[in-house]
Amino acid sequence: MAECHPVAFQWVMEARRRGTKVIHVDPRFTRTSALADRHVPIRAGADIVFLGALIHHVLSGGHDFREYVVAYTNAATILREDYADTEDLDGLFSGWDPGEHGYDPKTWHYQGGPETRRHPPESGARHAEVGGAHQYGSGGPVVHHHGERDETLEHPRCVYQVLKRHFARYTPELVEEVCGVPLEAFAEVADAVVANSRRDRTTAWVYSVGWTQHTVGVQYIRTASILQLLLGNMGRPGGGILALRGHASIQGSTDIPTLFDLLPGYLPMPNAYDHGDIGSYLADAAGTTGFWGNKRSYLVSLLKAWWGEAAREDNEFCFEYLPRLTGDHGSYATVMGQIDGTVKGYFVVGENPAVGSSGGKAQRLGLAALDWLVVRDMTLVETATFWKDGPELETGELATESIGTEVFFLPAASHVEKAGSFTNTQRLLQWRHKALDPPGDCRSDLWFFHRLGLLVRDRLRGSTLQRDRPLLDLTWDYPSEDGEEPSPEAVLKEINGTGPDGKALSAYTELQPDGSTSAGCWIYTGCYAGDSNRTARREPWRDPVVRDGEPAAMVAPDWGWAWPANRRILYNRASADPEGRPWSERKRLIWWDAASGTWSGGDVPDFERRKPPDYTPAEGATAQDALSGVDPFIMQTDGKGWLFAPTGLVDGPLPAHYEPAESPYPNPLYGQRANPARQRFERPENPANPPETPVYPYVLTTYRLTEHHTAGGMSRPLSYLSELQPEPFAEISPELAAEAGVRNGEWVTVLTSRTAVEARALVTRRLRPLRVMGRVVHQVGMPYHWGWGGDGLVTGDAANDLLPIVLDPNVHIQESKAVTCALFPGRRPRGAELLDLVERHRRAAAPAPIGDPPVWKEERT
Amino acid sequence: MTTATPATGSASRMGFFTDTSVCIGCKACEVACKEWNDVPADGLDWFGTSYDNTGELGASTWRHVAFIEQQVPSPVGPDGDGGGDGDATRWLMSSDVCKHCTHAGCLDVCPTGALFRTEFDTVVVQSDVCNGCGYCVSACPYGVIDRRADDGRAWKCTMCYDRMRGGLEPACAKACPTDSIQFGPLDELLERAGSRVTELHEAGTPEARLYGADPSDGVGGAGAFFLLLDEPETYGLPPDPVVPTRYLGASWRWAGAAAAAMLAVTAAAFTGARR
Amino acid sequence: MGVAKWIGAWPVVRQLAGEDPRREGARSRRTEEIRPRTGEADEVVRSVCPYCAVGCGQLVYVKDGAVTQIEGDPDSPVSRGRLCPKGAASKQLVTHPGRRTEVLYRRPYGTEWERLGLDEAMDMIADRVVRTRAETWQDEDEGRKVRRTLGIASLGGATLDNEENYLMKKFYSAAGIVQVENQARI
Repeated sequence: MAECHPVAFQWVMEARRRGTKVIHVDPRFTRTSALADRHVPIRAGADIVFLGALIHHVLSGGHDFREYVVAYTNAATILREDYADTEDLDGLFSGWDPGEHGYDPKTWHYQGGPETRRHPPESGARHAEVGGAHQYGSGGPVVHHHGERDETLEHPRCVYQVLKRHFARYTPELVEEVCGVPLEAFAEVADAVVANSRRDRTTAWVYSVGWTQHTVGVQYIRTASILQLLLGNMGRPGGGILALRGHASIQGSTDIPTLFDLLPGYLPMPNAYDHGDIGSYLADAAGTTGFWGNKRSYLVSLLKAWWGEAAREDNEFCFEYLPRLTGDHGSYATVMGQIDGTVKGYFVVGENPAVGSSGGKAQRLGLAALDWLVVRDMTLVETATFWKDGPELETGELATESIGTEVFFLPAASHVEKAGSFTNTQRLLQWRHKALDPPGDCRSDLWFFHRLGLLVRDRLRGSTLQRDRPLLDLTWDYPSEDGEEPSPEAVLKEINGTGPDGKALSAYTELQPDGSTSAGCWIYTGCYAGDSNRTARREPWRDPVVRDGEPAAMVAPDWGWAWPANRRILYNRASADPEGRPWSERKRLIWWDAASGTWSGGDVPDFERRKPPDYTPAEGATAQDALSGVDPFIMQTDGKGWLFAPTGLVDGPLPAHYEPAESPYPNPLYGQRANPARQRFERPENPANPPETPVYPYVLTTYRLTEHHTAGGMSRPLSYLSELQPEPFAEISPELAAEAGVRNGEWVTVLTSRTAVEARALVTRRLRPLRVMGRVVHQVGMPYHWGWGGDGLVTGDAANDLLPIVLDPNVHIQESKAVTCALFPGRRPRGAELLDLVERHRRAAAPAPIGDPPVWKEERT
Repeated sequence: MTTATPATGSASRMGFFTDTSVCIGCKACEVACKEWNDVPADGLDWFGTSYDNTGELGASTWRHVAFIEQQVPSPVGPDGDGGGDGDATRWLMSSDVCKHCTHAGCLDVCPTGALFRTEFDTVVVQSDVCNGCGYCVSACPYGVIDRRADDGRAWKCTMCYDRMRGGLEPACAKACPTDSIQFGPLDELLERAGSRVTELHEAGTPEARLYGADPSDGVGGAGAFFLLLDEPETYGLPPDPVVPTRYLGASWRWAGAAAAAMLAVTAAAFTGARR
Repeated sequence: MGVAKWIGAWPVVRQLAGEDPRREGARSRRTEEIRPRTGEADEVVRSVCPYCAVGCGQLVYVKDGAVTQIEGDPDSPVSRGRLCPKGAASKQLVTHPGRRTEVLYRRPYGTEWERLGLDEAMDMIADRVVRTRAETWQDEDEGRKVRRTLGIASLGGATLDNEENYLMKKFYSAAGIVQVENQARI
């Protein structure tokens, strides 16, 4: 956190000054470790064992926050008889279909839940590919609302007991064996977490891509969720699981998704199998209970925002205009499509995949196979220059004269040369005002895409083709101050939504299913309430103030605007006990005020303001009416926090430890070594290091440094940042340095089956060998900011070129935090010799290669 | 955040208190300084010394974050035996800067009046007056002030004199994410620093100590002082800096420059300069 | 300025005249006039740091149509005026000399960049979108209605504004472009 989010780390320092214990679990001792009370080195890729053992510690010691757990989680819910656990099936859950390479999740449902899924393709790998878990967003896939419950938690098939059995072997001894964490260090963490949870205290977990970039990334987060729910740390001040995200509006671009599987507001992108019409779309993948029960209002309002007058009740509000998914259309699948020739044209906007994505060579081979490429950025990033200076030119795999890609580079406006909103990592929308016009040909992306839309529509005008209707009917007229650039505030107002009178709506609860309202992203409704840009509010906030004898806002409510409904802590109904009283004076946030009949307190309640704690839903109630006064997790169909995920995940209802796809070790827990559902691309341009091979004996992990930003597009062209970290390096322990025969500052070559890269050796005790499963493992750390050129002032081999493309099956994120590698002294060979070196190792490691070695000579002339 | 007293009226002595116990080594101070003061970048060399690729203070480096990796006894042994004899890592980080000495050697030896003491009791070079003679370079016991190769003039931290004149705090102190760099009236900072040392001692960090806070030291006390967690030498700071002009009469100033140069060489040996 | 006044302003002369030679007597005229350049800004604009997702507040100072300083916004409850090295380098990000301000074009099999007018580039890109979309359009896939093209893809968005992401997703979806992705996937 100190490394990559230094300014946010001030609050950790602030908390520490007030007595908070700060523990940093990381393979490397980083700038965060330096300021923590305790650093716990861990083998990369073993976190589920570590977190699972904390769960085991809580359950076996009776440390859970029982009142919270019984009332607010699904601990009491009883599972089906035919559910089988990884403990029963040696690392698989029931429902595994080896032919489909995926799970049929029906046995994971609650007792009394649906017997089969309504739409058969929703299982196995195909289900995963069309969106899988992600399409449910924050919400709930269908579960039976009132499953059978045993609030004594003693029923052998209740979630609580299943959990106990599932994690029984996740012991401190296993942590020592698998993670390399000594017993005493683990005990210190376990004691601290328990001592700082429940009624009077809370513990927060903070993570970044160190948890997500694994083939079991989603299950990492799930493990933390289970732990936090058991300890009562969700929905309460000082609790939670906090994702620190790495781009200015990466949260916004997930909410308003430039992502293939989502529509704005976490509505799933329709797929070709299940979503032939609006009725089947709405019936699928969302319950009728909880706030997703209003999904029709959210969807219809979106369709109205996009197609305006053309969207009518009698044409299903143009639902048929939406394109349909048939599989994984994510960024890695897209690259394979480029190589295979199906993807012809590519827009790359403020991203640098030639350096920043895993398997850099595959990325560049994809770029070289395109018909046309548009790159929009502030400088020439390597993605724009690969045809001129890419590493494949040196190796002879590509040649400039035979690359047919037509490349357009369009310079982009900077953040001060356009107005607009970013959504930060805590869901806070903050408006940036425009300071000046962009120079030269630089333009905002708002300008670019609006103009592109106008030009494309011009070219299609008069078309009678059905396929052109969605473009021609699109609402695309925005007011403009300069006649060129659409008003970003007008766009924000469209996102916010309007009523029949054209005025901005103030809350998503005002959205209607009949087409009388429109909203481009329902969770953002309210950001423009009263026709005033709430994201631009800049009311400073100091320490808590008392207003009218009551503590006033504890959360800076008048600075920007947070979705949903300007709530700063999600599910904060859980900060009060079932009767609506704060769990403790120390940890109070919102509470039920019987006198006024409302929830009140220091934040906007994430609950219906007038729903009392004793509210019981009537039989057959739908949407939020179906949730009781003690159901704080209002987006879930049952209102409960899910210790066990009966549906929504494609790789299991509970987290289980699997080794990374590339690991020097077997799985000591199960016969199933790695995540069986992981998404693979078994292709010649994406070779894999076989597990447990001495050819690639070390664990490699990649990361960012404070001084740079991602693939370097916004840092390497800057002298003030480049001079601070001018070259790639590999952090290795003195022990590994001795083993490899390398001294500090000398060159090393790091090699995988993809390629070899060179870097300076930074020999440091901050990396230490760990004893895992009876032998020592060395870890190699490499920041990934550098590339071969572009407009960067500093250059170097791209660490991401070393990485495989193997993905988490739920969200299609690559495993870049734990792979295997070899390491040698000296610089890497140049040209064809580099290919020979890599190939020699590949052959030594793989008795049965997955395909012929790739030959990448461009054949088009 | 503290703002400087405006130039009018009698200003109290302003200074920096750099509390290295909360420094996260982010180098925001280095960049904020360069952005504000238009200090040029000075080299894209990788040093292989932990995360420090800046090296030392100089004409184009007015803030420098030192990184010191240490092995210290840990409460838990590497094998989990709890023996306390295991080795744990400690990573010290510290943002160094011009000390704005009470007795400033650079100021004493400057023959042109380019160096002067401001109304805030800080020491500033006037680039429009400096003729590049370089006497000041050898007169600094910390090796702070230096000449730029391109124009030959001497440059160093001004404590953002221009910002202070406008009532603003220096750029480095403003940017510092963890308030490791604090700016304010020196007497207030000294008091705050004293409490901080006590707090750290009570919290089990007996090695916390102040550096540059003693008015009886060889520079008469610094306007920029530090809370350190180890000996000054560890951070590349001279343990007992003495302003070379301290015992020289005013008339000896210019003649003393040569001797000062010798002292400066000694000081440079302590700083472990690599450039 | 008269010669006498000019000479009189020399520090050495003023020192001879009795001012403290190390204090006020040493001050040059430039020093006397020195003030923070932020005070002369025509406009101070509230902004947000463009690097990571913490969302630190920034103040952008503009003078004569140029950015003269970017520093932390002390009012921000997120950042309290502080910035990391990247945020502190924001002025360099928007003003550095290596920044590209011209459209560049590389023709197929070409070996060098060429200049291209912005309008011409936009027309050419629109032509390619229309052509590729038409050539790769799928009404159906294995008998199922899909109404899309797999011939065009897009990557990026996490560094852009919400409003920009919105127009992108809206346009792409209407055009049948489904392979729309950003940094959230890495």
